Order: sequence, then structure tokens, then C-alpha cells
Amino acid sequence: MNHWIIVPIVLPALTAAFLVLALRHDLLRQRLVSIASTVALLAVAIGLVVLADDGTTRPYAVGDWPAPFGIILVLDRLSAMMLALTAALGLVVSIYASGGWDTRGRHFHALFQFQLMGIGGAFLTGDVFNLFVFFEVMLIASYGLMLHGGGGRRLRAGFQYVAINLIGSTLFLFAVGLIYAVTGTLNMADLAVKVAQVGEGDAALLSAGIFMLLLVFALKAALVPLHWWLPTAYGAASPPVAALFAIMTKVGAYAIIRVHYMMFGDAAAAAAPWIVGAALVSMAIGALGALATRRLGDLAAFAVVWSMGSLLVAIGMFDPGAMAAALYYAAHSTVAGAALFLIADAIAQRRAGHGDALVLASPPTQSTPLSAAFFLAAIAMCGLPPLSGFVGKLLILDATRGPLAVWIWGFILATSLVTIIAFARAGSLLFWKSEAVAVAGAAGNASSPTPIPALRRTALPLLALLLLPAALSGFAGPAARYFDAAAAQIADVQGYVDAVLGAGDKAR
Amino acid sequence: MEFLVATAIGALTATGIYLTLRGQTFPVIVGLAFLTYAVNLFLFVTGRLAIDKPPIISPDAAAYTDPLPQALVLTAIVISFGMTALIVVLALRAFLETGDDTVAAPSLVEAPPEGESPGAERP
Repeated sequence: MNHWIIVPIVLPALTAAFLVLALRHDLLRQRLVSIASTVALLAVAIGLVVLADDGTTRPYAVGDWPAPFGIILVLDRLSAMMLALTAALGLVVSIYASGGWDTRGRHFHALFQFQLMGIGGAFLTGDVFNLFVFFEVMLIASYGLMLHGGGGRRLRAGFQYVAINLIGSTLFLFAVGLIYAVTGTLNMADLAVKVAQVGEGDAALLSAGIFMLLLVFALKAALVPLHWWLPTAYGAASPPVAALFAIMTKVGAYAIIRVHYMMFGDAAAAAAPWIVGAALVSMAIGALGALATRRLGDLAAFAVVWSMGSLLVAIGMFDPGAMAAALYYAAHSTVAGAALFLIADAIAQRRAGHGDALVLASPPTQSTPLSAAFFLAAIAMCGLPPLSGFVGKLLILDATRGPLAVWIWGFILATSLVTIIAFARAGSLLFWKSEAVAVAGAAGNASSPTPIPALRRTALPLLALLLLPAALSGFAGPAARYFDAAAAQIADVQGYVDAVLGAGDKAR
Repeated sequence: MEFLVATAIGALTATGIYLTLRGQTFPVIVGLAFLTYAVNLFLFVTGRLAIDKPPIISPDAAAYTDPLPQALVLTAIVISFGMTALIVVLALRAFLETGDDTVAAPSLVEAPPEGESPGAERP
């Protein structure tokens, strides 16, 4: 057993506890420890990606209990890649938050580390009930982060966010109970074996459980019609938190891949048309929402809904080729979404009195680097060449086969156009039309000097977030090779089952 | 016995769903509590109903009841209890800060621009 596999769960947990117990009044050291720990997490995650790239599925029996009985963690290409993505995003967000957002409330960094622990656990676990527990760890930390900064609007939005997720958790438990009652196991590899043996009389109960589980994951992934919480919550959360939440929607998508595509296999095939249909509507609603919104933060939130639609179209095809495209797009859309939230915040801080509202006002200070960053992030998000959104969308379109292909092509291309219009309009309003206002204003009265927040502290994380889509696009060949291999590994369910259940025999 | 348990779970779920759809925070919280009671009971019976059978290995037991759902229920109870406490505090804070306990979303359009500048507050 390779003990590095459990590090992405243990390291943030220990760091969080240390931050709460030892450094609760020392913000500077909190920042240092938190960033150092996230750097270490990123290093471990990259090491795990390299380790997993040999194509072996590595189970880790916690407490050395053999597979169907004990708690098990599983490392394969898919989970290693999601861990690396989480750690990279976490590092950028923790550096950005150290620029000032973590002074708004207490325990930002501790909650942040707990959140990383929950996300890492959800990606690693090989047990459905354990997935529920890590979902809860992740959500509990996210409740704290969501409320970070306080204020009436955030509290009201926070109540909705907590209530909808509690209902989701209840539904998760109902589904898990049903599946346990039918199959007698909750270990994912064991489930993959037992689901095929479920008798005729229990088939209806099993598919009820499968669909309820799909509802839970779709709620997390913000799939229409379960997406309404997302713009409210992300719009009200502080921007670094919203940027981190960009990975949380991917946890829902990951769970659909892991549980529905891998574990339930044929039993979940009936769910596929529902996923694709809902994803197409998500794209339409996300794009229209982006067009209708009047704040930059909400624009980013609806763009996330739209990109989740594109992602789930590819996942819902339940096909290895489309899965490789989906994985590429998942990596891209996480980074692009997070970049948009951070840039929206950077712009809001530099527009005195107007924040991120999309109204005509004098341009933000330091508008040249900001506008460049905004347009780069918008290009990445909308899927224009040369950044990774274009490659991702191309891969999804290329992988589309079958009778639904016409609809999928139509929806992806049409909603992309609408999103481009929404971003172009927001950008020209913020940066170009506002020049005229500034000239008129300067002629009317003497310009009053306003304090300019330093760009230095936010520039580094923003630059990193913008370089990632460029890197994904520049190194699309090696990346696509890795994602193809990951998709092939996902499709090889028998290999997964043998690796996990066989390991128990070897350990005895 | 089966009928009694099944109707109890059904009644609890129905009450929970009705209350969570209300517009004030307090009924929503009570509704969430009802839903968690329902799911705890439901999880408990997923190991099948059995009377007077031990869930642990015992030398003089002829048959056993499934111990795993009991462990699942304990986990679920702990998590839902903590979450209920959190949402009560959250609802109270929201009520005290805004003077209003409706669940409706704060309007996205009329929200005042956030005049927050973390740079200015930094010590």
C-alpha cells in the first residue's frame, strides 16, 4: 500500500486543526502555514498524478481492513487529476484571499483547509457512504466560507444555500439506504458486482435509488432545474470563496462519472437521456442568465451554470471518447470560472461606488491590465481560440455521436454565441464605453484622487489562473493523451473491481 | 409492524416536505428536522425489521440483525443534529441583521453594489 494516497486528506485536516488551535490570533502566520500546506498538497497531488499515470488502480485500505468491509480509498487517473486540479485552485485562491479577504472574518484559512480535505476525500473514496461523509465535510466547511464576511445579504443567501444542501443530504441518505437495502453493500467495487445480480423484484427499488442519487449529484453540479441556488449563493459569497466553489460543482460531475457511469453501468443507462436533456437546458438557461444579469459576479455565476451544462452533455453520453473530452473540459472550466470570479472582484475593488454592477460609470483604475485579464478569462470561458475553452468544446463536439448530435451541436454553438455576446457587452460597458464617461467627468470637475488598491497582491494569482488555460491549450496533446487514458481506465470497470476486491485477498 | 414503520416514515416525510416549502425560516427548519427523522428511521429499517436479535457476535445467538444500518444511522444523526444547530443560528443571525425571516432570495438586481475594499481595511 502506498501511504501517499491518504496524504491529500490528512494534510489539510492536520493543517486546519493546527490553524485553529495554535495560530488563531496570528493572521500572518495563518497565511504562511495555509499557503505552505497548500503548496505541499499540490506537490503531493502532482506526485499522485505521475504515480497514477502508469494505469494501475491503487486501493488504500484504511486501517488495513479488506475491501468490501473496511473503508477504502482508491487512486486512479481520474481521482489523481481531480486532486491536482483542487490543489492548484486551492493554492491560487489561498494566495488571493491572503491579499485582504481573510481579514473579514475569523478562521478563513482553517475553514479553507477543511474544505480542501472534504473535496480531496470525495475524490479519493471508494465507498458510497463515505462519499456522503466527505460531501458533508466539504459542505460544512463551505457553509462557513459562504458566510465569511457576514452581512445581511450573505446571511440570507447562506440560509438558502444551507437549507437546499441539507435537503440534498437527506435525499442522499434515502438513496444510499435504498441501494443498501437492495444490494447489501455500499463499497463501490462491490456494488458494481452486486448491481448486476439484483433480482427482478428489486430492480424498481434499485433504479429509484439510482435516480435519487442522480438528483443529489445534479443538485451539486447545478444541473437545471436544480441550479437556482448557484447564482444566489455564488453571487453573495465573497469572491475568493466563489472561486473555490468552482471546483465544488465538479465534485457533483465527478460523482456522476464515478457512481453512475462506473458503478451502476447498465442499470444507470436509463438516466443518460435525462442528464443530456437537462444539460442542454442548463446551457440555454446559463447563457440567457448571463445575458440578463446586471452584475459581473452574477455573470460569472451564470457562465458556470452554462459550462456545467456543456460538461454534463459530454458526461451524459456515457461513452469513453466523450468522457475524455469531458475531463478536459472539467479541468478547463474550473480554472476559467475561478478566474472570472477573481477578476470580477479585482474590477469591483477599483470602481468607486459602483462595485461590480454593470452600469455605465468611469472606468476602473488600472483599467489596461484589468481589461486584458478580463478579456482573456472571457475568451477562455466562452471557448474562443486560442485558449483551452476552444479545445475543450472542439473535443466535445468531435465526440458527439448518435441521434442527439444535431441538438447537441446546435445548443453548444448557439449558447456559445449568446455567452460571447454577454461577455462582450459587459466588457465594452466596463472598459470602453466608460472612457467617454471619464472624459466628460474630467471636463466637468477636477478629478478627485481616490486610493488605489495595489494590483501587486492580486496580480500573481490572477496571472497563474490565466496561464493555466493557456497551458492546457498549449500542451493540449499531452493533456488529451492523459485524459484519453483516464477515460479508458474509467471504462474498464472490471479492472477497477479486480484491483479493489483483489487487494483484500492479497492483504490477508 | 412493517405497516406501522412505513406509514410513520411516510407521514414524517410528507410533513417535512410541506414545512420546507413554507416561506418563513422557522417552519423550514422544523421541516428539515422532520425530514432527518424520516431518513434516520428509513436507514434503520434498510437492514430489515428484526426483533430480539443481537447486532454483535454472541455465542448463544441463533440469528443476527444487520449492524451496518445502525452505524449509518448514528453517523446520520450526528451530522443532521450539527447541521440543524447551525441553520438555527444562521436563521437567527439573518433575522437579527435584516429584521426579516422570509426565505426568499435577496434580490440580485437591487442588491447594493458592494463598496468593500479589503485593501483599505488591512492593518
